[in-house]
Formats: sequence, C-alpha cells, structure tokens
Amino acid sequence: MTISDLFKETYSSLTVNKVRSGLTILGIVIGIGSVIAMVSIGQGAQSSIETSIQSIGSNLLLVMPGAQRGPGVQVSAGRGSAQTLTQEDADAIIKDITSAKAVAPEISRRYQVTSPGKNTNTQVVGTVSAYPGVRNVEVDQGSFISDQNVRSIAKVAVIGPTVRDDLFGSDTIPIGQTIRINKVDFKIVGITKAKGGSGFGSQDDMIFVPLSTAQRFLAGDTYVTTISIQAENQETMTDMQQQVTDLLVSRHHISDPQLKDFNVLNQSDIVATASSVTSIFTILLSAIASISLLVGGIGIMNMMLTTVTERTREIGLRKAIGAKKSDISTQFLAESVMLTFLGGVFGVILGWLLALAVSQFASIATQISYNSILLAFGVSAAIGIVFGYYPARRAASLNPIEALRYE
Amino acid sequence: MIDCKNIGKSYVNGDVETVVLKGITFSIKSGEFVAIMGPSGSGKSTLMHILGALDTPTSGSYHLDGHDISKLSDDELAEIRRNKIGFVFQSFNLLSRSTVLRNVSLPLIYAGVPPIQREERAAAALTSAGLPEDRWNHLSNQLSGGQMQRVAIARALVNNPALILADEPTGNLDTKTGEVVLGTFQELNSEHKHTIVLITHELYVAEHADRIIHIQDGMILEDKKNVRKLIVHNHKA
Ligand SMILES: Nc1ncnc2c1ncn2[C@@H]1O[C@H](COP(=O)(O)OP(=O)(O)OP(=O)(O)O)[C@@H](O)[C@H]1O
Ligand SMILES: [Mg+2]
Repeated sequence: MTISDLFKETYSSLTVNKVRSGLTILGIVIGIGSVIAMVSIGQGAQSSIETSIQSIGSNLLLVMPGAQRGPGVQVSAGRGSAQTLTQEDADAIIKDITSAKAVAPEISRRYQVTSPGKNTNTQVVGTVSAYPGVRNVEVDQGSFISDQNVRSIAKVAVIGPTVRDDLFGSDTIPIGQTIRINKVDFKIVGITKAKGGSGFGSQDDMIFVPLSTAQRFLAGDTYVTTISIQAENQETMTDMQQQVTDLLVSRHHISDPQLKDFNVLNQSDIVATASSVTSIFTILLSAIASISLLVGGIGIMNMMLTTVTERTREIGLRKAIGAKKSDISTQFLAESVMLTFLGGVFGVILGWLLALAVSQFASIATQISYNSILLAFGVSAAIGIVFGYYPARRAASLNPIEALRYE
Repeated sequence: MIDCKNIGKSYVNGDVETVVLKGITFSIKSGEFVAIMGPSGSGKSTLMHILGALDTPTSGSYHLDGHDISKLSDDELAEIRRNKIGFVFQSFNLLSRSTVLRNVSLPLIYAGVPPIQREERAAAALTSAGLPEDRWNHLSNQLSGGQMQRVAIARALVNNPALILADEPTGNLDTKTGEVVLGTFQELNSEHKHTIVLITHELYVAEHADRIIHIQDGMILEDKKNVRKLIVHNHKA
C-alpha cells in the first residue's frame, strides 16, 4: 500500500460520515486552540512583566522596608507597610557607599488628587532630583524636581501623562496650573514622558513632589518607602548589595542578619521572582487547557472504536484478500492521525485568533511562539497515535472469518 | 496443490459443540477444476474457508502448496491468500461505498501493484467476468445482485491467482449469465491453468467441472470424475 493509497483510503473513510469526523476534529481543535491561547497569554504576561521591570531602571538596587521573606513574596512585600527606613538611612548610603552612582530615596503613597473640576486617585512619590536618572524617567515638558525645590520644601509637582489625561485631558500642557493633593495645593512644573505599560510599576500614572514636601505636608514623618540605588555597572551590583545590607544592619543595630527589617533587592532578583510566578501561571493555564485536549483525544478513540466496529466486515474482507495486520492498523492509525492533524491545524488557527482577541479586547499582552505551535502539532499527532493505537490494533487482530460473518 | 487429511471442524458456543466437518480427506492437483457439491448446511463454505487459508481446521492437517497451514502466522497466511488465492464469497463482501473499479483493484493495492497497472488489470478482470463497462464507475451498492456477483468474480481473478475458490458464484445469476460465468471459469482453467474449486448445491452447475466432490453432513459422500459440460459459445453478457 503506497502513501497515496493510504491518503485516498483515509480521505474516503473520513468523508463517509462528515458530521462525525467534524465533531471529533472539533474536540481536538478546542483542545489545541485553548492550549495555544493559554500558553500565549502566559508567555505574553511573562515578557510584559519582564520588560516593565527592566524599564524601571538599569543596574538598580531597591532597598525596601519589611522583614526577610521567602523569594516568592518579596515583590509584593508591603511597600510602606513597615516603617523602618528613614531619611538618615538614605543619607548614610549616599555618604558611605562610594560605588553608588546615584541614590534616590522616595516616599510614596496613594492619595486623592483634584484639579478644578476633576479628581483621581494616584500614586504620589516624594523624591529627589536624582530620581529620573536612577529610575529611567524622562521629562517631556517643564522640568523635574530640583535640589532647590527639595531644600526649600517647595509645593511643586511633576505629573505623569496618565495623571495629566485624567485631570486636564490629553494633549494639554497644564504647567503652572495647581492641583490639590491631600488638601495641599501644588503647582505643576513638569510632565514626564509616556513610558507605556500598565499595572506593575507604571510610571505614567504617578505624581512626583519634593521628598521634603511629601514628608512635611503629606506623610508627616521622615520615613521613606524605597531607596533606589544605581550601581556603576552590572559587576559592582552584588558587592554593593552586600555593602548596603551591612551598612543598614549596623545602623539598625540588628544582631542577627536573618532578622533584618529591610530588604535589598536587585533587579535580576525581581525579574527571576516574577518569571517564576508567571511560569507557574503559564503551566497552570496550559494544564487546564490540556484537559480539554485529553477529552478531545478520548473523542478520537471513541470515534475510531465505533468505526472499527462498523467496518468489521470490510476489515474481514481486506484481510481475506491479503491485507496484513500492519496494513490494517496503519490504515486506522492514519485515520486517527489525520483527524488530529486537521484538528491541530484548525486548533492553531483558533488559538491564534483567541490570543489576538484577548490582546485586542482584554488588553492582555499575548505572545505566540513557534515552539508552542510546533508543540501543538507534535502533541496532536501524538494524540492521534496514542488514542488511535488501541482501535487500530483491535481492527488488525480481528479474525477474518469472524469479521466476515459480523452483522 | 491441495492436500486435506482427515480434516475436522467444530464450533463451540458455550456448552454446545457443533461438528461441521467430520474427517474430510482429499487432494486436488494443480490445474484441476473441481466442484464441491452438497446440500445447504453441509459445510461447503466452512471447507472453502479452510482451503483458502482463512480458517484453520480443529483436527486433521491441511497442506497448501506444501505449506502446513496450521503452522503459519497470521501474516504468513495473509501473504499466501494475497499471492495464491482468489475468493468469490457467497455473500460477495464488496465495499459498498467504493466504486466497482476500486473494489476489483483492492487485492492489487495490497499486492503492491503500481496504480497504472491496477486499472488495466481490473478492467481486464471485469471484462472476463462479463460486467458491462458502463457500470465500472458505479458504487458497488448501486448494482444488482448478479452484477455484484460478477464484480466479486472479477476481484477474485484480478490477482491472477493459482487457486480460485468460488462459493456459489452463479447463485444470483439467471441461467444464461450463469453459463457465461461458468464458461469464464472453464476458460481460466483450460487456457490459463488456474486451479478452480467451485462450490455449489446444484448438480447442473457442478457438471461444468472435471471432478465432483459430493459432501453431506460434513463427510465426503462421493468423489468422482466428470465429463465437463462445455460452454461453447462464451459470448459476454
Ligand atoms: N461460527 C459458527 N458457529 C457455529 N456453527 C457454525 C458456524 N459457522 C458455520 N456453522 C454451522 O456449520 C454448518 C455448515 O455451514 P456452512 O456455511 O459451511 O454451510 P454450507 O454448506 O455453505 O451451506 P449453504 O449451501 O447454505 O451455504 C451450518 O450448520 C452452520 O450452522
Ligand atoms: Mg455456504
């Protein structure tokens, strides 16, 4: 039996009952489609989180208050929940850590912010002039907080483009206008450039004010919520991380470093942690989707068993005129592989459309990799073989005489 | 070619044992045209399945071309059937959703004959079996009983097998068409030296062979030479 004979046989037997073949294929289409869509959502989430973490700055160390926790919790460990870092800690770092290129302490909290007629709830960051360099923020219009502003406890603010849109409308340049944060009036002196990205670490939806002003008028104390430190380069990061830790351990009079009341994170820690979270998320999503693939596979097996039973006499006849076991089993395996292969093709298309729809309508980033498409084809062919094997073997091992007598 | 020694066949269904063949012994030489005759239920079809290496006897031994059939694997048996034997089944066993041509060329597919030759040989076989050409592309379930029978005969001939086993090949045909088919078998036998075993319950049909083995209740009643009733004008129907 040549390949083209096999194709002809397969085609003609699958088209005898088009509805049944179609429904069976649909099972695989849904299975493969959902695996592709889920993996693309997972991978999209992963890469968008990675880029947004990368975009907050380079060669960055973040010192945050809070007790030492397991790596999985560090990212979300309460910013500002514990008050252990002070302005003095930041000053000490500036003074003692000579390898630090720039240090920017900040105090941030969400406040209700109003402009004449509009209001929004957003993150207000009290910081210093070094902040834009350390955290990769660029000023679009006007200027950033200056050292002079910090010294004079000036009531000035630099707003992100999202805040501008919310309070004044897009394409406006509200420099010189006044906004009210927590019942204190601030004059707008600058607008930052849009960085894009949403959710985690978006610096578009922020208001920057001088650190001293935030401490005096908004927080009422001298604690800071984060100290960002920029290293000269990648190589000095680890050393610097250790130096900062040692400095703060001694400043806070902590005898056991395991019990320290702050965390020093470097960017790759954050990326690694976030990646491990998103890959668990991806695995979970695809595991759920795989269940539907499994159900699709069972559908194939079911259909093939029915087909074998229906075609018992035909199998008997084929064996009587000289078909070997392998001829019969190849024929039925070809049918199930053809079903899953077609299911795989349409499944990839469906998955791709789903991923497209998700990023279009739910604005969740998705990413379809060639790997996941190849994997989908491999998996669908494997399903055809695995779930078609038993029915095919059953067909091949029929006794020709009994098969011919079958009614 | 065929050598049966004391062949017995019985079926066991639960506690009931049905003995169908009770010690059949005979042999058929290559090139013979033999009719096996007997009343309905006498075990003719059962015997034919054994002769065709489709089934194995419960006792006794069967040698086909020197091969002990009971010692061969399923695939070896399939190979023997493919290369040596052409079956015409009592109930035709055509693939109903395939065309006549496809049905007839099916044995050639398994024998590995290239597609172009298949068409030619199927056409030749259909012509010998006397099926009009305008039916060749019909689905086999669109044919009359007699036409199906001729397709079944064509399928048995197509592989040019040494042994043709035909179970009631004229059962569904009128006398005239029946004679055409019998004439075809005679021709295959005398001109192409095919060994033919014809199974029938009618003496009239059996008389076209050179030897008649009469079986009843699973035993051979009589095994005698016969003067072939020759079909002279074998014009295709
Ligand atoms: N699988 C089976 N199980 C039990 N009994 C069987 C089986 N196959 C055949 N038989 C019995 O064997 C006997 C002979 O059957 P067989 O088909 O060989 O008869 P036959 O001579 O070909 O008859 P006919 O001329 O009607 O075709 C019958 O009585 C039948 O009931
Ligand atoms: Mg019979």
